[in-house]
This record gives sequence, C-alpha cells and structure tokens, in this order.
Amino acid sequence: MNIDLIFRIAAIGILVSVLNALLNKSGREEQAMMTTLAGLVVVLMMIVKEIANLFDTVKTLFQF
Amino acid sequence: MEIFQIIGLALVATIIALLLKSHRPEMALQISLVTGIIIFLVILGKITAVVDLLNSYAERVNIDMVYINTLLKIVGIAYIAEFGAEVCRDAGEGAIASKVELAGKVIIVVMAVPIITSLLDLIISVMP
Repeated sequence: MNIDLIFRIAAIGILVSVLNALLNKSGREEQAMMTTLAGLVVVLMMIVKEIANLFDTVKTLFQF
Repeated sequence: MEIFQIIGLALVATIIALLLKSHRPEMALQISLVTGIIIFLVILGKITAVVDLLNSYAERVNIDMVYINTLLKIVGIAYIAEFGAEVCRDAGEGAIASKVELAGKVIIVVMAVPIITSLLDLIISVMP
C-alpha cells in the first residue's frame, strides 16, 4: 500500500510550518499565509484522490 | 502477520500527527485521515473474503439475495458514516460528527424498511 503517502504529507506539513515561521520572522506575513495555503491545497489534492479510492473500494466491496 | 504492520504504521502516523498538531493542526488531521484509509485498504482482502463467504452461504441456503445485498449495503453505510463521524470528532467538530451519524442512521432505517415490511407480512400470514 502507498504508505509513503503519510511521510510525504508529513514532510510537506513540516516544510510549510518551517517556511511559515521563517517568513513570519522576516516580516512577510502574507507570503507566510500563501505558503500555508499552497501546502494545504497540495495535501488536499493527494487526500481527495485517496478518499475517492476508499469510496470506490467500499462501493465495490459492499455491492452498492 | 498484517496486524504488526498495521500497529507499526498507526503508531508512526500518530507520532507524526502529534508532531504536526502544534504547528499545523489541519495537517495532523489529514495525516490521521490518510492513515485510516490506508489501514482500511490493508485489511480489505480479509473483508472481501468474509463477504464472499456470506454470499456463498446465502446462495447455498438459497436465501433471497435482496436481503443479503441490503444487509451488506447497511454495513457499508454504517462503516463510512462512522469513519466520517470519527474524523470530524477527532478534529473537535462534535456537532458535525453527530449530524453525520444522524444521516447514517436515517439512511440505514430507510434501507431497512423493505426488510421490515416483508417480515411483518410473514408474521401476519403466519398468524391464525
């Protein structure tokens, strides 16, 4: 199974939080906000694919 | 044995989620969501085996397939509703979680109505 998905999301999360702190320190709050949103969107795209996969599996499994 | 893999994966994911909870709570939620999905997909083979077993026994005892299908659908709806409700409750949104559970219960009751009516018809026909 694609267990590396968890570690990819963790890496993105850590990267975004570090970038956020960095940008906040250097006074660019709005760019910090942008990076947070960008990270969120990237992770959401991955997760939506995984959720669609789960729903298809449940549909075929329980003969919906 | 899959159980060791699953527990190892769950512990690692929980630690990562805790790590991210303080800085990015939404990432922590997404990690727990993905872990839940991956664990379900890992044990999928066993559930499929159980479902096939149920179907084969139903055919052997020639129970009407409608009941078995409705039963499987109800189990599927219950699982998905519980999955969604737990994720929402994990994020602290108890209200949304209870609404999801309410919707799940209503859908299950609606699906169970044909079975209940056929049961009642059977009872009435047996009654003197």
